[in-house]
Amino acid sequence: MRLARRRRYSRDPLGLRRALSGPLLPGLVAAMALLAALAVAGAQGAAALAERWQRGAGAAVTVQLPDADAAATERAVTALRGMEEVAEAQAMDAARLADLLRPWLGGTAGLPLPAVIEIRLRDPRADPVLVGDRLAATVPGAVVEAHGLWVGRLAALARSLQALSWVVLGLVAAVAAAVVAVATRAGLAARRDAVEVLHGLGARDGEIAGRFARRLGLMAAGGALLGTAAAVPALVLLADLAAPWTGAAAGGWASLPWPALAAVPPFAYLVGWATAQATVRRWLRQLP
Amino acid sequence: MVRFEAVGLRYPGGGPQRGDWGPEALSDITFALPRGSFTWLLGASGAGKSSVLKLMHLALRPSRGEVEVLGLRLARAPRSALPAVRRRIGVVFQDFRLLPYLSVFDNIALPLRLAGRPEASLRADVTEMLRWVGLESKAPAAPQELSGGEQQRIAIARAVIARPDLLLADEPTGNLDSRQARRLLALLREMNRLGTTVVVASHDEELVARFPAPSLFLHEGRLHDPDNARALHAAGDAFGEPGEGDDALGPA
Repeated sequence: MRLARRRRYSRDPLGLRRALSGPLLPGLVAAMALLAALAVAGAQGAAALAERWQRGAGAAVTVQLPDADAAATERAVTALRGMEEVAEAQAMDAARLADLLRPWLGGTAGLPLPAVIEIRLRDPRADPVLVGDRLAATVPGAVVEAHGLWVGRLAALARSLQALSWVVLGLVAAVAAAVVAVATRAGLAARRDAVEVLHGLGARDGEIAGRFARRLGLMAAGGALLGTAAAVPALVLLADLAAPWTGAAAGGWASLPWPALAAVPPFAYLVGWATAQATVRRWLRQLP
Repeated sequence: MVRFEAVGLRYPGGGPQRGDWGPEALSDITFALPRGSFTWLLGASGAGKSSVLKLMHLALRPSRGEVEVLGLRLARAPRSALPAVRRRIGVVFQDFRLLPYLSVFDNIALPLRLAGRPEASLRADVTEMLRWVGLESKAPAAPQELSGGEQQRIAIARAVIARPDLLLADEPTGNLDSRQARRLLALLREMNRLGTTVVVASHDEELVARFPAPSLFLHEGRLHDPDNARALHAAGDAFGEPGEGDDALGPA
């Protein structure tokens, strides 16, 4: 018992285990790690959504002409090609359309299929409804379907959410560093005499700063582990809800970004270690 | 070994402005202590004894002049050069400066651990040192469980465990009765006999008379008799002004 105590003390000559303890710092880091885990998962999820939607958004805008014959289709294509906001207009082959629809409609013989024209807009932000209105003046009954455009917009939204997640992650890291800096200063204030004695005995700045850095890094990593673990159930639930959108076959556990989540505690250790090093070294500069 | 040359020292915070410097606490101090010498540093409270000692153990840098300690020129030495020299200097403080949350054993072992000595070889040295100061039974105790005299001896043990080339003591007998003070001085003399350069600041006239040695006498931040100091006279000569001393002379 006494031997164990002595061995422990020899590794902790500044008494940092007692000076830097209590649940406050790990608790705060845990809360921030929870936010970081949510941000990481959010970024990853948004990226998956954006990627999947983008892939499906090959076609931009389609125009349907119900009950149109070949002449009406030709007229519509010519009219569309004449509009300045339309970059490209191409009538879809009737046989190909029938192929596309067979899974839903079965054999299409005898069914009146609409003629379909795929168009591409010069400016994706232009309103396709206006194009449809003008086309309807030439070919009555023309309907514009802007499915691809909506997908593009959703993908852009997903990308913005992803960027936002990274900003949140950076902010969380900065706040964690600030919290560690405050804790380091409190530890320095509590152990000022001991630090000065060690400095006077010939301890180098790196030796003193290293002891603070290891202690604070471990506290931050411990808190981060708790926070990340607490985030997992919420993330599983979210992943289950998002599964139909991302097309992930297996929702829940398997779809969580495990490598990123596992990186949160080591990253917290690094933030704590680096912040404590910088804070202690700067404080020590005031001693000769 | 230790050389002061026209040393002046100011402390910061002398005026209302941040960055102001106070009046010179030391001016024109010049002396040299040879290797293996024993020197008294004498003078009233506030004469500058502690400032001289702080310069000697690299806790301050001179405002002007040059201080050379163990071959290191302090005025211009890079900060990173100081720790290595500090490890060759042992200091006994008036207020001991033991770490309260470490055992007596760990307090004494601190300089060896800082020097990177392995635990296995360090144990024997610390135990031997505890025996030397007569406290081997107190190894696992906390410093605050010990009497003032015992804490003083722990402080000495910590100062000498790494076999320093230079040993400094600031009023080491201030908290001791006269018998303990004599015992402490005997320990310091023994270190000196083993080859360590020793400087002891004191205002205890009786003690100085009992252990005559060369002395530096400070008065209001100046060496009272620079020529005498350089020649390193016997203590009795330099300590010649009766009304000059402290009111707290003699054993407590």
